[in-house]
Amino acid sequence: MSLTIILKAIELGLIFSILSLGVYISFRVLNVPDLTVDGSFATGCAVCAVMTIAGHPYLGLLLAFAAGSFCGMVTAFLQTKMHMQPLLAGILTMVGLYSINLRIMSGAPNISLFSTNTLFTLIDSELLILLIFSLVTGCILFGFFKTNLGLMLRATGDNEIMVRSSSINVDRMKFIGMALSNGIVALSGALLAQYQNFADITSGTGMMVLGLAGIIIGEAILRKRTIGFGIASAIIGACIYRLLYQIALQFGIPATDMNLMSAILVAITISLPYLKRKGVKHVRA
Amino acid sequence: MLELNDVSVIFNQGTQLEKVALHDMSCKIQDGDFITLLGSNGAGKSTLFNVISGSVEVSRGSVFMDGIDITDEKEHVRAKNIGRLFQNPEHGTAKNLTVEENLALAYSAKKRGLFSLAVHKEDREYFKEKLKVLDMGLEDRLKTPIGLLSGGQRQAVALMMAVLNPPKILLLDEHTAALDPKSAKKILKITNELIEKEHITALMITHNINDALVNGNRLFIMNDGTLIQDFDAERKKQLKPADILNYYEV
Ligand SMILES: Nc1ncnc2c1ncn2[C@@H]1O[C@H](COP(=O)(O)OP(=O)(O)OP(=O)(O)O)[C@@H](O)[C@H]1O
Ligand SMILES: [Mg+2]
Repeated sequence: MSLTIILKAIELGLIFSILSLGVYISFRVLNVPDLTVDGSFATGCAVCAVMTIAGHPYLGLLLAFAAGSFCGMVTAFLQTKMHMQPLLAGILTMVGLYSINLRIMSGAPNISLFSTNTLFTLIDSELLILLIFSLVTGCILFGFFKTNLGLMLRATGDNEIMVRSSSINVDRMKFIGMALSNGIVALSGALLAQYQNFADITSGTGMMVLGLAGIIIGEAILRKRTIGFGIASAIIGACIYRLLYQIALQFGIPATDMNLMSAILVAITISLPYLKRKGVKHVRA
Repeated sequence: MLELNDVSVIFNQGTQLEKVALHDMSCKIQDGDFITLLGSNGAGKSTLFNVISGSVEVSRGSVFMDGIDITDEKEHVRAKNIGRLFQNPEHGTAKNLTVEENLALAYSAKKRGLFSLAVHKEDREYFKEKLKVLDMGLEDRLKTPIGLLSGGQRQAVALMMAVLNPPKILLLDEHTAALDPKSAKKILKITNELIEKEHITALMITHNINDALVNGNRLFIMNDGTLIQDFDAERKKQLKPADILNYYEV
């Protein structure tokens, strides 16, 4: 594996680390699996691509974040005000977003940015830009989760009974958390579009699981589950996952099999505690 | 003052599962009262607390606090004046948050606003001072995730959280039932001290007749969704455990 390939893998890993940070907020902090991600990631790609072509690559990132946040709020609305199961709420938003994303891209299934200025043609070092984006997002989130509002969000996912009996508005917390989560997911999508000079309507498929895979790998390495370690896990795990992915490609595993790999990885890791417990019982019996 | 007027709570109304949990219940609770609450399983004690805290909607009747109708006020709005402890110590604290973060949750937001750092240096000193009163060594474990503490320790922190902003009314739902006798005694003692010191109006559900007689200045006995006995301080003093047993359906 050449240095350029490794470098490329780390750059992509950094983009997906932002995705993992977004998924971390819904999956670990709010404690709900949120499938909006598969839609909002593509929304981020689409919005940013359209804005970049219009000559606003920076504004594109900002608008992608805003659009993603809005997607998150739609899901939060379905969850809280319509009392829908979180999974179903996420799926409905995701499905609806497919049509909306196509509209954003004026009906085209993909947009090329090769002949336009992007963030990465304007500033030279791609690695540096992405490193800054990932670390700054991580640091902002870390700081945020130490504020009063951040504590309330964490408590909401941790113990809803307690939060309901304190003077915190649980529904409002879910809105804020889902908006933040999907905004960051969309930002990751936006960066990917500019990095690859390409936005595709299907780019969101499997992104929730991919983000989760990053978190899980990071957690397996860092082991501590405090908020600081959690954020670090998401960033480091996503990069390592991408490196592993690259190695797998080198060994000739087709890229199209990688979704299956991610799914299996997540399935095994999530069922590991259960399998361990079962193992213990067998030993005792 | 808290006032319930002919409050009924009917679960699953109009279905086969219909259940009247409270039946035209009325009572007046004066400021400074510490009421202990007895009654058999399913008598409606927890439901009464849910009505007061707003986590269950009343089917009929009204609830007044300090002369203001709060029947339709949302739970998180009322929570500003109402503190609550549950039987299960896990319900009262957030397990992944540290001891100091849990305390800050009850303390810091109202003081400083949403976007301020939650735990300041001077808070740690304040929390340590408060936790010392519990005499459980918790003052040295501020940075421990609370899920790692024992049930008694968690309940003690939950109690602390409930009184950090002294509420007008404190609802204690069998809050010592899951603890070992020694921890239970300690928590009950601290409960009494805090209630007295902060002049909190309190209601305490218990299945321990002795606890119900020894603590508080009033005693309610509930059965089948209604208040069947309301002993004032005078009459409560003369009660014996054997008298109480008569009020339970046998
Ligand atoms: N959410 C609910 N849906 C349906 N029925 C309920 C609900 N909550 C309580 N009930 C019923 O209402 C009745 C009163 O319940 P409640 O929990 O108030 O009793 P309790 O006096 O607290 O009993 P315990 O001493 O066992 O805690 C019970 O018959 C219970 O089954
Ligand atoms: Mg009960």
